[in-house]
Amino acid sequence: MSDLTDLTIAEARGKLRAGDLSAGELTEACLEAVEGSGKLNAFVHKTPEIAREQAAAADARLKAGAAPDLCGIPLGIKDLFCTKGVASQAGSAILNGFKPEYESTVTRQLFEAGAVMLGKLNMDEFAMGSSNETSTYGNAVNPWRAGNSEAALTPGGSSGGSASAVAARLCLGATGTDTGGSIRQPAAFVGITGLKPTYGRCSRWGIVAFASSLDQAGPMTKDVRDAAIMLGAMAGHDPMDSTSADLAVPDFEAALTGDIRGKIVGIPKEYRMEGMPQEIEDLWTRGKEMLRDAGAELRDISLPHTKYALPAYYVIAPAEASSNLARYDGVRFGHRAKLSQGDGITEMYEKTRAEGFGDEVKRRVMVGTYVLSAGFYDAYYNRARKVRTLIKRDFEQAFDSGIDTILTPATPSAAFELGQTFDDPVQMYLNDVFTVTVNLAGLPGIAVPAGLDSKGLPLGLQLIGRPWEEGDLLNTAYCLERSAGFVEKPSRWW
Amino acid sequence: MSIDTETARRVAKLARIRVEDEDLPALAGEFSAILEFIEQLEEVDVEGVEPMTSVTPQRLKRREDVVTDGGQQAAVLANAPDAREGFFAVPKVVE
Repeated sequence: MSDLTDLTIAEARGKLRAGDLSAGELTEACLEAVEGSGKLNAFVHKTPEIAREQAAAADARLKAGAAPDLCGIPLGIKDLFCTKGVASQAGSAILNGFKPEYESTVTRQLFEAGAVMLGKLNMDEFAMGSSNETSTYGNAVNPWRAGNSEAALTPGGSSGGSASAVAARLCLGATGTDTGGSIRQPAAFVGITGLKPTYGRCSRWGIVAFASSLDQAGPMTKDVRDAAIMLGAMAGHDPMDSTSADLAVPDFEAALTGDIRGKIVGIPKEYRMEGMPQEIEDLWTRGKEMLRDAGAELRDISLPHTKYALPAYYVIAPAEASSNLARYDGVRFGHRAKLSQGDGITEMYEKTRAEGFGDEVKRRVMVGTYVLSAGFYDAYYNRARKVRTLIKRDFEQAFDSGIDTILTPATPSAAFELGQTFDDPVQMYLNDVFTVTVNLAGLPGIAVPAGLDSKGLPLGLQLIGRPWEEGDLLNTAYCLERSAGFVEKPSRWW
Repeated sequence: MSIDTETARRVAKLARIRVEDEDLPALAGEFSAILEFIEQLEEVDVEGVEPMTSVTPQRLKRREDVVTDGGQQAAVLANAPDAREGFFAVPKVVE
């Protein structure tokens, strides 16, 4: 692997603008790294021709001067984003062969800013999963290994390919999406930074929908500064998404002053979970100390409905998914089952969806169908939406009392082995216990790598911010990052 | 609530996903586990609480009710598993 792929976006930006490096060279270095990364199974559709074309255009722009921040920066794109003329399957067999005729708003903005697309990244099917094991492409693999063990670890999910690719230095940054923790949990599992912005900050147009009231795109990068740079290019109002906020996009990078003196950091007591490993607890304590040493004031807070976030999520997300995924019917795009003599349209729907969807997706679509069905709508769906109101109110009350940022662990464990079997699906859902509240409340949240566990695996901390205050959140994350001084990288075995 | 195989069959039908008879008991078991987890929500006092409709307090933008797009038949049909003469083709719907 060439050293060029070790550059952060900010470092590469400086070298590209200074003329010390060309977008073409940087892109070739990344393409070579991608070529040699088959064992990670992170890149599932490679686009070297597009990358070379975009790099040449970026070099011309750099030469002309006044190139945007991302000009010539090679990125990976999660398979959930529709990219024109390039396979976009959301990790599902039901979208086999689907090549969108249009470009998602987020990727369009990235490419207009001069970014280079290396290819599409592995993910859990329709972003439903926490280990990247529900993907039609097979598992993405974490570049980290526990001690001397050769056991393959999960990069987390659903943005597992994005996490693996950034941690393994295949690309300088990647897009992710986060419905219940799908950016922050994988970022924590591979020792990188992952930001879920405020709901509505980035347009959802052209991103395959999972649960529309929760889905939000965000950057996955090597450090906090890169997340600020990338978010700046991804964010902004889009007439094509009526829920995208019509707010000016601030200069997130300029917010990184490194000064958090006088900021009040809330420590929610409900995030101390029973059975939480001591290492996670210790990491959280160290995080508190780091922020206090940087001049922030720590304050204990209560978010009393935290416990009900996961069960509320597992009503709301499947309900929305069952509606969103109704479009996969074998008529307009993707897979259609081979029909037998006499089969009608209902058989076509049922066989197509049985063949095209994986087990976890089927399960969630059916759970969603059940909670929305006559007689259960009030008991499940409406009740969950009321609990969601209460979860959001918990945060509002904390912020109203003066809290600027909330510090929690990012995940209840380090990365676990691929192929573990669980007694029931709920056990996998517990991965999102610290992250899912943030989606339900529509808040921005960021995972920052903060240390290694005893097996040498990365662990992350999560910061939660006020709505639309990503700049402030990133600045606190920046202070945490500087104090933590996390510089470890996985050693190459792939 | 425990889900029986009949309910699992009915839900699969509503979701338009074919599930073979021999797979129904396992599916019912998984549903039951998930529903048991969800039923914790019954502990919460939601008296007088409005169900959330929008997570950010915003009025959805409106635009003029005019045609802004169209004339893209080829693009619309480009990914269809079966498109003929400018239409999506499906098995016979009406006898």
